Amino acid sequence: MTVTLDFGAVLAEWPLLLKGLVMTAALTAASTCAGVTLGVACAWGRVHGGTAVKAAAAAYVELIRNTPFIVQLFFIYFGLPGLGIKLAPEAASFLAMVINLGAYAAEIVRAGIANTPRGQIEAAQSLALSPKQVFTRVVLPPALQRVWPALTSQIIIVMLGSAVCGQIATQELSYAANLIQSRNFRAFESYIVVTALYLGFAVLLRQLLAWAGPRWIFGRPAAAR
Amino acid sequence: MKLLLKNIAWAALVLAPLVSVAQTALDDAIAKKTLTVAIPTDFPPFGFVGTDLKPQGLDIDIANYIAAKLGLKAELVPVTSANRIPYLQTRKADLVVSTLGKNPEREKVIDFTIAYSPFYQAVFAAKPLVLKGPADLAGKVIGVTRGAIEDMELTRIAPASADIKRFEDNNATVSAFVSGQVQVIATGASVAGTVMQRNPQLGTEFKFVLKESPNFIGVAKGEDKLRLKVNEILIAAKASGDLDKLALKWLGRPAGDLPQ
Repeated sequence: MTVTLDFGAVLAEWPLLLKGLVMTAALTAASTCAGVTLGVACAWGRVHGGTAVKAAAAAYVELIRNTPFIVQLFFIYFGLPGLGIKLAPEAASFLAMVINLGAYAAEIVRAGIANTPRGQIEAAQSLALSPKQVFTRVVLPPALQRVWPALTSQIIIVMLGSAVCGQIATQELSYAANLIQSRNFRAFESYIVVTALYLGFAVLLRQLLAWAGPRWIFGRPAAAR
Repeated sequence: MKLLLKNIAWAALVLAPLVSVAQTALDDAIAKKTLTVAIPTDFPPFGFVGTDLKPQGLDIDIANYIAAKLGLKAELVPVTSANRIPYLQTRKADLVVSTLGKNPEREKVIDFTIAYSPFYQAVFAAKPLVLKGPADLAGKVIGVTRGAIEDMELTRIAPASADIKRFEDNNATVSAFVSGQVQVIATGASVAGTVMQRNPQLGTEFKFVLKESPNFIGVAKGEDKLRLKVNEILIAAKASGDLDKLALKWLGRPAGDLPQ
């Protein structure tokens, strides 16, 4: 048997691939915004919250970081209907990605916050800034700047992890690949094509986050001002 | 650079079996004294995992039967509906005994032996839902296993407004139906039978047949030597009544007349 690669059979299904890519991108974008926000909130809870908040945030982080993503996804999609909560595959995928990213982002952001020099906080307090102002203006931006590369990597891991969302019939990129190869049996070509698409998207996403971070998330680095 | 070279070497190693020569599956199996057979573990009573965590069912018995007749040890590899054909194409399995139906698209990429058991796919749902034919599927949410025969049939006949949700394997499709994520399930008669038996509260009933589709054994394209040998074994098993005995044991009815 010689290998005869037939990419035409796979590329002919480009509307399916495009639809899958758009779904993966949309899920990633939405869950990144919500997940990072949740992560920052949990990081705040673990550093500044009361005993109960600290315990709740810690329990959430440990629970999510020590269980597989696919189990979390199946729990939301197949388990929650038992409690009367029925979510569409897309909604369940989004929720699972947010919850997953939130837990990892919480620990990453917390590491950034923990590294804030004591003098910086004291300086802010001596200027009579409120605790809220100290956190959002003085502690958080440099903390995010410090951990931005790690956070970017985590976002990309979650994006790549969204490949399992096809298991619950979310029509994302790997779902498209599986569907195409189950129709024309061009498994090798299908997976080569989606591998390239995932790779391209991940590289693009990394560039985008590296570009967007300094502009919108934590302000320009001091030197560039 | 070194890493890149290493990766290329690995890729070559992994892809090497793809370019191996045809017509050697039977000789290879005899040399190894093992016949590698892809079987389902998500498809009772054809293939499922028992309480001892070992696969069992009609397909497993057939796999063991053929291996025994060839004087080989059967090595069972669990596969899903979606990946069983790639397993053959990449020579990870010599035979696929996995409730495999025959259709022209599949015949382009693999070869089939004669049929070994009867089977049909149908649409099932709770009693109050009226489904007399494909047209009634409009606006319904239907669960199906991606790449299975019932997926092809359903995709062909369902109206555009039917919301078909495709899952990776039968377990996921059944979970989606049992948890109420889909209203209708399109699947094999045997799977539906198990669903009804284990979840009587759902009031699931048979609605209409999608396709009569006896099961065939898949062999890699061009492996005629192995295919003809398996055909011989199946014809002898039919004549001796062994095939009927196995069908009776697992399906509750004899294998009956099967297409060649």
